[in-house]
Amino acid sequence: MPLDQDLEIKKFKVIGTRVRRPDGVDKVTGRARYGADTSAPGQLVALVLRSPHPHAIIKKIDISKAEKLAGVKAIITSADLPDLTNGDRAMLDILENCMARKKVLYDGHAVAAVAAIDATTARAALKLIKVDYQILPHVTDVDEALKPTSPVIHDHIFTDGIEPKPTKASNFNKQAEYGHGDLDAGFAEADVIIEKSYKTEQTHQGYIEPHSCLASVSPDGAAEMWVCTQGHFVYRNQCAALLGLDANKLRVTASEIGGGFGGKTHIWTEPLALALSRKANRPVKLTMSREEVFRCTGPTSSTSIDVKIGAKKDGTITAAFAELRYHGGAFPSNWAEFGAMTTWACYDIKNCKSLSKDAIVNRPKTAAYRAPSAPQSCFAVENTIDEVAKAIGMDPVELRIKNAAKEGTKSSYGPVYGPIGIGATLQAAKNHPHMKAPLAKDTGRGMACGFWFNFGGQTCVDLNVTPDGTITVAVGTMDVGGSRASLALAAAEELGVPYEAVRVIVADTSSLGHNDMTDGSRGTFSSSMAAVFAARNAITILRERAAKTWEIPVDDVEWVDGEAKAKGASRGNLAPLTLKDLAKGAGGTGGPIAGHSEIVADNAGVSFGTHICDAHVDKETGKTTITRYTVIQDAGKAMHPSYVEGQYQGGAAQGIGWALNEEYVYGTNGRLQNAAFLDYRIPVCSDLPMIDTQILEIPNPHHPYGVRGVGETPIVPPLAAVSIAVTNATGVRMHHIPMSPPRILKAIKSAKM
Amino acid sequence: MGAHVNTTINGDAVEFVCAPDESLLDVLRNRIGLTGAKEGCGTGDCGACSVILDGRLVCSCLVLGAEMNGKKLETIEGMADGAKLHPLQQHFIDGAALQCGICTPGFLMAAQALLRKNPDPTEEEIRYGLAGNLCRCTGYDKIVRAVQAAAKEMRG
Repeated sequence: MPLDQDLEIKKFKVIGTRVRRPDGVDKVTGRARYGADTSAPGQLVALVLRSPHPHAIIKKIDISKAEKLAGVKAIITSADLPDLTNGDRAMLDILENCMARKKVLYDGHAVAAVAAIDATTARAALKLIKVDYQILPHVTDVDEALKPTSPVIHDHIFTDGIEPKPTKASNFNKQAEYGHGDLDAGFAEADVIIEKSYKTEQTHQGYIEPHSCLASVSPDGAAEMWVCTQGHFVYRNQCAALLGLDANKLRVTASEIGGGFGGKTHIWTEPLALALSRKANRPVKLTMSREEVFRCTGPTSSTSIDVKIGAKKDGTITAAFAELRYHGGAFPSNWAEFGAMTTWACYDIKNCKSLSKDAIVNRPKTAAYRAPSAPQSCFAVENTIDEVAKAIGMDPVELRIKNAAKEGTKSSYGPVYGPIGIGATLQAAKNHPHMKAPLAKDTGRGMACGFWFNFGGQTCVDLNVTPDGTITVAVGTMDVGGSRASLALAAAEELGVPYEAVRVIVADTSSLGHNDMTDGSRGTFSSSMAAVFAARNAITILRERAAKTWEIPVDDVEWVDGEAKAKGASRGNLAPLTLKDLAKGAGGTGGPIAGHSEIVADNAGVSFGTHICDAHVDKETGKTTITRYTVIQDAGKAMHPSYVEGQYQGGAAQGIGWALNEEYVYGTNGRLQNAAFLDYRIPVCSDLPMIDTQILEIPNPHHPYGVRGVGETPIVPPLAAVSIAVTNATGVRMHHIPMSPPRILKAIKSAKM
Repeated sequence: MGAHVNTTINGDAVEFVCAPDESLLDVLRNRIGLTGAKEGCGTGDCGACSVILDGRLVCSCLVLGAEMNGKKLETIEGMADGAKLHPLQQHFIDGAALQCGICTPGFLMAAQALLRKNPDPTEEEIRYGLAGNLCRCTGYDKIVRAVQAAAKEMRG
């Protein structure tokens, strides 16, 4: 039944309270089951053989010796994964990434997989597989990949978005352009023009749980898979299509997930585990090592960005241009285009343009990482804005406030904004005590603002009233960080029952209709909307049952505080029917009581945040220490404030790691040099200060409670805020992320020369 | 040839046979069925497999199962007193100190080891005491606060 998704409730009973999450006890006692925490009778252990070369033709794979090893039950290569994609090149790219076909395209690309009785046997079998490679020249740098002299990785890529379409294949897979106005006229009006170039290095989501799945294919074609994923329905759809299974016969259950941040939105080894299980006729468990997670899953793009901004002395930005070059790893992508769409989104600029160039390099396929592509463009834009402020002698916060987008602004990527929070977060930053606090020696302060689109998408919720009058809720959009608590709050709010009376689970793919994956900060936004509608549909049925019991028209029954009440003076003697009463009597009034909701949650509501950072730089060693950090962000409505704060703090910490330390280091041989947490250093507890948060609530008019997604925006401003703080501490503009100690020392040294 | 091991885990006598090169983490997870300790890296960098071995905090991925003869091991599964959660566990839930929760068992073990040695740690001591454990979700803020709150409660 269609329901109005627009904002209506203003006063809440349980929404906004800090309840205990339903999965908490299992997670603090070790009982919660993640990807690698379950087993099946007779299961085999699978391991993957991976290419040591960044770019090579596979001339021959000889598995004959490995097959003969005692305990080896199945070996697969691309020959076991025929192309069933029927001309769908995007699906073929997914398959080719899961298992190399004619060529290997990056260090770590899978070439074969083994299922054996134990890990020791599987390891021995991998050593017996002989692969004959013809090594090809490779390219790992985004700017190098775009040069005409670069080795061409795919001979079927002819740049999209250029007219006429090129006839020569290249690594430049797509060009796109966003913006409006007249750049030449805008720059002509400017008193000051700043033009700079920036680079950011490739980072990984760094979730602590490596990918793991347990696949079981029966001889009758029915299959089951237990897997850590941000979207088990998408995994189901893609794996079924690639393996030629009917989607209804592949039942995928999402395990608890040990972090994803975008990295578990793609399938990697899951089709291999299913193919091995089908071939061996046994359940197969396939768990990646940490080294494999770094080498062969989906990190971010490294980027190269040019920015040009013109402004008047009064601070009005008259024109802005950016060219953004990102890579998608070894496959075509549109990450630069995403970056281009976010470039000027915080601002109301009359003449602005962003031009994106997406490239292909010999690195693993780029996946989403929390607000994918936005942190890099934000870093480049906000540093340039900071330089404009310095050039015209204006406070950088005031400059941003003067140019901030507002309700009615036509965004640089097209849509006209509704009510938005950029101005409010900037004002809050201006007034925050952090902004006025004194700074210690060699310490600088930086601030930056950032944007993310947010997404809604397809969601299903089933709400059932149990015979004792308590509530179960099944959702198909994966809970990655506490959304089950928020959905229980939504159901409790609508039904007028205590939070504890509602229990939420994530259901498997055979129990609900398709759900999109948990990306685009959509988990709580879309699922809470569906939970509200499911509860309202259940209330309609509860009222009908009360009407039937009382033998009065349903329009004369209202639902108030968890009870059906008869309206009108003549019915004052009818005692209210509680949820418990109606549940108990359901068998005699029409059967089980439930509410369902299947929706496309449109109008997710864009998100803005402003961060303030204090950074101390040791000029002898180049080491940076973050001494104070504040996140201010619009949440629309914070359903569970503790977990909103947690998103703000976690995103900031990831951004600080990106800004200061994290970086994929490739050797000249095209191999990843630091595929371990020891050498790819994410922030530890002693690296960080407490992270202050301020939640603003500017309701999203298109959610019943005003909710906006909150998860991704917090990683957008830190690269910029930290680098501007470092610039203010050292007096040297930082153009290259991460600002590792050697890079900071080099920048200080070259500024002195 | 497998190693025959008699050991004590969370107060219970446990006997197992394992391969000589098998880690304690693999023994716990694959032979004994205690999957609370997680493998985040297998190289001692992330702390998700932390356990307390004869009173000392260790990464179980860096200990061999064969070394366990006659030792006393504490894992996350033994932290609560029956149905009553340990104050650290309770404050992690109450203070929203976990999001995905994969690192939580390791953090609780590390915090337990820290508070036994130092019942009244400063924020800095907590941060260094937990520096061997990686969390990618929380930014550590709420973890540090939960440990502070639990320490206060435990001091009485």
